Amino acid sequence: MTRCSEQLGRAGTPEAADLARILPDDERLRRGPVAIIECFQEIPCDPCADACRRGAILAFDKITDLPRVDPEHCNGCALCVVRCPGLAIFVVDVSGDGDMGTVKLPYEYLPLPRPGDDVAALDRLGQEVCRGKIVAVQRPAAFDRTALVTVEVPREQALIVRGIRAGQGRRSDG
Amino acid sequence: MRIHDHPILEFRRGPEIEFTFEGQVLKGYEGEPIAAALHAAGVRVLRTTPSGRARGLFCAIGNCSSCYVVVDGVPNVRSCTEPLRAGMAVSRQHGLGELR
Amino acid sequence: MTGTATAPLVEAAIIGGGPAGLCAALELARAGIRCLVVDRQHVLGGQLIKQTHRFFGSRSERAGQRGFEIGKQLAAELLQHDGVTVWLEGTAVGYYAEDRTLLVERDGALCRVHVEALILATGAAERALAFAGNDLPGVYGAGAVQTLMNVYGVRPGERAVMIGAGNIGLIVAYQLIQAGVEVAAVLEAAPAVGGYWVHAAKLARAGVPIMTSHSIVAALGTDQVTGVRATKLDAKWQPVQGSQFEVPCDLVCLAVGLSPLTELATLAGCQLAYVPELGGYVPWHDEEMQTTVPGVFVAGDAAGVEEASSAMIEGTLAGLAVVNYLRPHSQYAASRKRAAAQLAALRAGPTAERIRAGLLKLSDHRPRLAGTGGEGK
Repeated sequence: MTRCSEQLGRAGTPEAADLARILPDDERLRRGPVAIIECFQEIPCDPCADACRRGAILAFDKITDLPRVDPEHCNGCALCVVRCPGLAIFVVDVSGDGDMGTVKLPYEYLPLPRPGDDVAALDRLGQEVCRGKIVAVQRPAAFDRTALVTVEVPREQALIVRGIRAGQGRRSDG
Repeated sequence: MRIHDHPILEFRRGPEIEFTFEGQVLKGYEGEPIAAALHAAGVRVLRTTPSGRARGLFCAIGNCSSCYVVVDGVPNVRSCTEPLRAGMAVSRQHGLGELR
Repeated sequence: MTGTATAPLVEAAIIGGGPAGLCAALELARAGIRCLVVDRQHVLGGQLIKQTHRFFGSRSERAGQRGFEIGKQLAAELLQHDGVTVWLEGTAVGYYAEDRTLLVERDGALCRVHVEALILATGAAERALAFAGNDLPGVYGAGAVQTLMNVYGVRPGERAVMIGAGNIGLIVAYQLIQAGVEVAAVLEAAPAVGGYWVHAAKLARAGVPIMTSHSIVAALGTDQVTGVRATKLDAKWQPVQGSQFEVPCDLVCLAVGLSPLTELATLAGCQLAYVPELGGYVPWHDEEMQTTVPGVFVAGDAAGVEEASSAMIEGTLAGLAVVNYLRPHSQYAASRKRAAAQLAALRAGPTAERIRAGLLKLSDHRPRLAGTGGEGK
């Protein structure tokens, strides 16, 4: 396996150095939404390559290969986001003119947030780093119960925010 | 402690029925394991050992014998696998069961 | 009391209707061989019925689909074939190799079934862990927690501490959150998580502390769990003096490993080999999944604790082997090779190092031929 950070090897969460190996460059990020696959371990898993209809996730040689995104073919449609068994794919869009960007992330909890909701935007360790506004929540049958949540955050947080906390807590009933 | 809304699953349950636990009337769903109905009603202590220690579920699949209760006078019933039926009289088993 | 009147006329029986058993039965059914599937539970699917997460692997192992859907599909496919008898809520209690008789207990009666071949796909059982208070109500195995939440829709507690950060611990911790249970911490004695990094990352994003080099000292409470006392461990896995702390909770979930269920293999006279990397005692088996007893095969976790995707392929291998055992045919070699290659591909990466080491040890344990007694080495 490629050299990985202490935190990644110990507890599975990437640090900046791990992310640097997979992030598209600034120029591509400014051009439009793009998928970022935060999968760093050679596990036997390849549904992401099948999920992409544009060939933007390169075909796997071996089932344990790490997935690679071709940023020129990726249009940020997020189909891969809801197919990844590890829930490890995010679509980031910092292409707008203003201060804000969006993150599309997979969400499998209740209560589901609703468009317009103000939520806590969390980093990879579940810490709130800013507030976020829910732009969209998609959960069609084709997504097989994984919701795709689009949250708007300040653009400098778009590569940091990977989760949200919706509502008062996670309880769905009394 | 019943889950009514779940992000992935929909629960199909049998008809709701009544049974008694330690003489108290409780509700459960027909066919679910006795221990599930008890758990849903907040009962987690299912028996006491001969040395007096409280026991409840452990494996919930019939392997471990932690969950024995007495049902309609019959001891050593694995409450994690035994299906609940209307009118069952369930009570905690204290110590080893008394076989008839 | 024995009943043979209700015993179906079959050539093979498969004990266990989980991923391995279902895939084995499918091969037999496709070949038109009459078979009997016996399972203790009230539904087919084994552990698949509780798995709400999407599976890994590749398309042929139904990657991306949720475990419980895979279970349903396999069962449905199987039941489309004639010549398959399924006995649910039946327990295989014995096998007499000398006359190839299987004994099944069902509806309070014992049934004798004559079979030419037997596939043991009985899975594995959860291990317990020794610590003070480990018998308290509220200390549950991870499988039990899944059964309560995902099969019966009962919340197993309000606040949990998960012991073990292998795949099962990490996956069940996530499922606890989905069921509305707060996960206060995951304690892992090793210096690193044993499960996939992506499973751990999901939990971290939900704010769950994953505490490596930590272990449980005691479950607290008099007749129910009220908390956990934990300790940090040093590089030699010894408790660090003065590092104990308490975590309030009402649920302690143990995910500390599985051991193959080998009772039936032992009763059948199969030689076992002790291979820690495979989960402990496993029935010795060759590459065609046949044990030391002719006509008795093994597949899935019972053959070595691994993953559902490997269980499916091992089931397929055992099924193909039994088809050839009963009806030798020329396509067998090619089909076997394909399935074996799929399995090898799953096992090729760094995360399967332990399994590969275990399988190597298993082949080292090759028993001597019958008559000379004892195990190989």
